[in-house]
Amino acid sequence: MQGKCGLFFTTYAKESQVFHTGFQKTSVALFFLILLVVPFFLNSYQVSLLNLINIAVIGAVSLNLLTGSCGQISLGHGAFIGVGAYATGVCTLNGWPFLPALLFGGSVTALVGMIFGIPSLRLKGIYLAIATLAAQLILVYIFLHWSSVTGGAIGMGLDSPVIFGFSFDTDLKMFYLTLFFAVLAVLMVKNILRTKSGRAFVAIRDFHLSAESVGINLFRYKLQAFGVSSFLAGIAGGLWAHYTMYITPEQFEIGLSIHYLAMIIIGGLGSVLGSVFGAVFLTLLPEGLGIVADHLSGFFPNISTYFLAMRDGIFGLILVLFLIFEPDGLARRWQLAKSYFKLHPFAH
Amino acid sequence: MEYYLHLVLNGLVIGSIYSLVALGFVIIYKATKVVNFAQGELVMFGAYVCFALTVQLGLPFLVSFFMTLIFSVILGLCLERVVLRPMIGEPIISVIMVTVGLSTVLKAVIQLFWGTQIRVYPQVLPTEPVWILGLPVAPVYIAAFGLSVILFVIFSLFFKYSTMGIAMRATAFDQQAAQSMGIGVKNIFAMSWCIAAVVSSIGGIILGNINGINPQLGHLGLKVFPAVILGGLDSLLGAAIGGLIIGILENVSDGVAQQFFGLAGFREVAAYVILVIILMIRPYGLFGTHEIERV
Repeated sequence: MQGKCGLFFTTYAKESQVFHTGFQKTSVALFFLILLVVPFFLNSYQVSLLNLINIAVIGAVSLNLLTGSCGQISLGHGAFIGVGAYATGVCTLNGWPFLPALLFGGSVTALVGMIFGIPSLRLKGIYLAIATLAAQLILVYIFLHWSSVTGGAIGMGLDSPVIFGFSFDTDLKMFYLTLFFAVLAVLMVKNILRTKSGRAFVAIRDFHLSAESVGINLFRYKLQAFGVSSFLAGIAGGLWAHYTMYITPEQFEIGLSIHYLAMIIIGGLGSVLGSVFGAVFLTLLPEGLGIVADHLSGFFPNISTYFLAMRDGIFGLILVLFLIFEPDGLARRWQLAKSYFKLHPFAH
Repeated sequence: MEYYLHLVLNGLVIGSIYSLVALGFVIIYKATKVVNFAQGELVMFGAYVCFALTVQLGLPFLVSFFMTLIFSVILGLCLERVVLRPMIGEPIISVIMVTVGLSTVLKAVIQLFWGTQIRVYPQVLPTEPVWILGLPVAPVYIAAFGLSVILFVIFSLFFKYSTMGIAMRATAFDQQAAQSMGIGVKNIFAMSWCIAAVVSSIGGIILGNINGINPQLGHLGLKVFPAVILGGLDSLLGAAIGGLIIGILENVSDGVAQQFFGLAGFREVAAYVILVIILMIRPYGLFGTHEIERV
């Protein structure tokens, strides 16, 4: 791990701390304080965007653990999120309280993820990507056709989450709930990466044969990565289901998987901070495009209809441009910006 | 019985188109180790360009057919040069995602020019059905199958006997050795994208003649994966046979699911259920190279 300028570690425990300096701790604390207060000054639409970001952060950070840190490409993450959404939804519809339902949804998703992760022992790279693509399509097919449970194409209506009699029925209340889970997910992944498992994941990603020859049980750790990642995906799905209060199979199609992969690539593969950046960037992107279209509509009257039609195309274009010109993502850019200020008068 | 025979025949035609698209996929993978998720959009692009030339510009079908092929060559060259070449040496996920991004861009471009509604080709072939084994078959189906077979023969000969084809096989086998023997590996990469775009366009034009075209045609690309995996990612023969098998299996299992279990739309996932089973048993496919790893 790269330390701060002039910071020298004398023990391993110090080196693996999440926050190294007092300045870091203060700035993070300050950031959260602002985050807690800010929603009071925003309108409910803006708060709803923050909610979407929080949920996206959970999904992105979980996918980044699997794909970025463990190197197991998953094109089925969108469907895993869907499994969590449906499992949680079915539980709450049957009268379960929200929190147990959410945990159950996460566990079911972890199980499903691990089942589809089993081929990862024999498959690598492109073959695994296609196997998870199969998982994606098969799961969505199940959502669509197991209509006695999932409601089929009509979908499933749900209530706002209720925890100990307190109903999270507005965007503002929901913000604190989703923020709580987002912070929990980020801390969880950050901490997993510091443990033995986390280092095993990275070793597997870097080269599976040398990882195996130093005694890492590939199958066990790959399954573990699939399990943990899908569990978090399931949590994201459960929150999403109860936030939007209506889920249909087409919300979880392959486009969602690609969206999440784009988040971690634009944010930075294998970086927790990068997942957050990616989630923020891609959630706000359509808004940003909308604003640009509004401003341009004075000059080109029909542009906003074109912009809407072109939204997917622009998303793809940004993805391609990032991959070509900024393959390490926003996290790397952030690091460069920080070191620029640190080293300011000198170039290196 | 007749019902199943019909399913098999239909599957054979669709399968021959899968084979064509799979051929493009395998050529790219063999030469450049790039997995092209935009293959379906290449199919669509060819179909739309040919449509525009025949219907909107009113050119004769054969002329627009060959113009579409020329256009595909240019498209393939541009894509390889602008998008894929910077990705040489990047991790596999980046390469996959760049082609995924490419596919959404291509799809958006198509929607921008031609909208989302279904477009129908003018009838080129007679509509009077031909009777095969006591079943009516539309001539366009026979033409589709015949064209696929002809293309496969041409490409097999091309890879076996032409200088370019041999150079492409050499590059696929060992890039460094090929380069040191004076083969321009970058040209080979460009060439493989051209060929892939051309065969995909032909597939698209055939499909357009059968069903008409709409922006959902790109989903065909997803159907090609099971075919290629079944055949083996790096085998031309595998692409041909895999496409046919997937086409038939998909059609028959759809029919069976509908008849016996009342499951609608099983066609959408049939190929993928088959794929999962194949991956469990023979991950490198029927004809693919089995890479052996030992610790």
